[in-house]
Amino acid sequence: MQVQDLRVDFGSHVALRGLSFELFAGETLGLVGESGSGKTTLARAILRLLRAVRGRVEFQGADLLTCDREALLARRRNLQIVFQDPLASLNPRLTVGESVGEPLKIFEPALTAQARRRQVDAMLERVGLRAESASRYPHEFSGGQCQRIGIARAMILGPKLLVCDEAVSSLDVSIQGQIINLLLDLQRDAAMAMLFISHDLAVVRHVSHRVMVIFLGRTMEIAPSDALFAAPIHPYTRALLSAIPAGLPAARIATLHAKTEGCTYCNRCPFAIEVCELSEPPLAEVAAGHWVACHRSHETLNPLSLQS
Amino acid sequence: MEPVLCIERLSVGYAQRAANLEAVQQVSLAVAPGECLGIVGESGSGKTQVFMAAMGLLSRKASVSGSVRFAGSELLTAPPSSLNRVRGSKLTMIFQDPMTSLTPHLKIGVQLAEVLVRHAGMSWRDAWVQAGLMLERVQVPEHQRRLRQYPHELSGGMRQRVMIGMSLLCEPLLLIADEPTSALDATVQAQIIDLLRTVREGIGMALVLISHDFSVVAGLADKILVMYAGRVVECATAADLLSHPRHPYTAELLKCVPTLSGPRLQRLPTLAGQPPRPGEVSAGCAFAPRCPRAADRCRSERPPLADSADSQVACHFPLSS
Repeated sequence: MQVQDLRVDFGSHVALRGLSFELFAGETLGLVGESGSGKTTLARAILRLLRAVRGRVEFQGADLLTCDREALLARRRNLQIVFQDPLASLNPRLTVGESVGEPLKIFEPALTAQARRRQVDAMLERVGLRAESASRYPHEFSGGQCQRIGIARAMILGPKLLVCDEAVSSLDVSIQGQIINLLLDLQRDAAMAMLFISHDLAVVRHVSHRVMVIFLGRTMEIAPSDALFAAPIHPYTRALLSAIPAGLPAARIATLHAKTEGCTYCNRCPFAIEVCELSEPPLAEVAAGHWVACHRSHETLNPLSLQS
Repeated sequence: MEPVLCIERLSVGYAQRAANLEAVQQVSLAVAPGECLGIVGESGSGKTQVFMAAMGLLSRKASVSGSVRFAGSELLTAPPSSLNRVRGSKLTMIFQDPMTSLTPHLKIGVQLAEVLVRHAGMSWRDAWVQAGLMLERVQVPEHQRRLRQYPHELSGGMRQRVMIGMSLLCEPLLLIADEPTSALDATVQAQIIDLLRTVREGIGMALVLISHDFSVVAGLADKILVMYAGRVVECATAADLLSHPRHPYTAELLKCVPTLSGPRLQRLPTLAGQPPRPGEVSAGCAFAPRCPRAADRCRSERPPLADSADSQVACHFPLSS
């Protein structure tokens, strides 16, 4: 998938301010940023679950944002999402088997009920649920189990790209590891790409090949996971990674009001200088595959030389 | 010093069809004045049930036995009128989702002031002023404007600040915080933990912090208690428990926590198997089927919670400390 200059507005509020990135087959791209940074909006916009103002989302030879309904539906079979709230994303009046089998019903109508049932049972087993679960209803399951049902439903068509929007955030650590390993197995078997959104930086670090950091709808830094966590360059990334809270609420309110020029982070940045107020820093490659949007990135490369 | 909260042999059961589901079994714990006790356990381990029972918030279907003494008086047998005097004033509780704890159609200020009108007998006018001061104390920006807003107009982090503020209005002896940061982002999470630390130090209040996440508890707790399948399996000072866990369950759970340092892993460590289902009873240790150290004895004989100098552990073969 190739995303170019994606912009989403909610009324006068700009949620995404022109985001661009690529996602390769078999790759996991981690997406981090605090609440309100646009993580979920991005997930929904690339799946056309909400409307983007401008930009392109290239996937399997079509622009998902402008292609016709038929072309979109054809590609949606390869594009799946696991939502944050597992219970809310399952229809309470459908049995688990019906929910997990519904994508098959839509995309493979030729399948007999029996064959469909077999695939559903196999998928449920794969995510660690008993086959008998198929005849039960979502409310009979715990949060962790519902999350597995959501994953089973997303995986049943063997998608090429899976978006995980805080898919493991509500789970216990013991289950979290199981679910993530399951996703990694499924990914390896099918060369599936994953956009992995999470506020848990430790989890993101382990599962992602590359990580993208966004703040108020703009990319601050994008780099291979090891490089980003070992040597973050953007001041925002560093604030996010340090144990210290990244900003006081007062500062946050101020920055939420649309800033039309300059760096979106400059109100909170301890290293901001005059140029940061005036012009928006472009995303520039500072090392192989390591992109940073900061006027002072050449200085932040060597943190000791930097004075606030 | 006498503990502010003392729970003894608390059990919570639910009669279901023929069987009785034991959600909490023989849990005893004590919280000293000013102390922070962290409660850790997987979902379904009974950690919330213990404190819901202590507060008298469980449905009538639950059968509760044992003893819960708060500031010297028994809560389990107390009539609703005296419970209501204590709850929300000297003994308060906040929950994971602040939206469902706030009344959607009342302004924030009204909900805060009401606490003082009811419990402290203040006039609405004075209570409103105090509510504003409290919002300032829990670092809600533009607190005067917030007083006149409705819960849905606030972000999740702000709502949790409001809940914390509300719980502090009567200077409680003990605040029970049940997963207070689980619904919030990492950065907001850190701010809320910071806030809890500050307010606790400010008024010398005791705090019970319930979480499935060790990292949340680690930053605040003096003591940590680990629950599994409705029982206490280990309790020790935070430093000891995190660096030298003695119960294999604690040790395995700690291994599952992903880290920000060390090599990047291809697969995350997991805890094999599943916790017992409600109603599933075993004669031995409930953790035995998943335990790497389990022997025959563990499957046949339940290990008691054994006291040693500063810690308790329920295991036949604990790790050496």
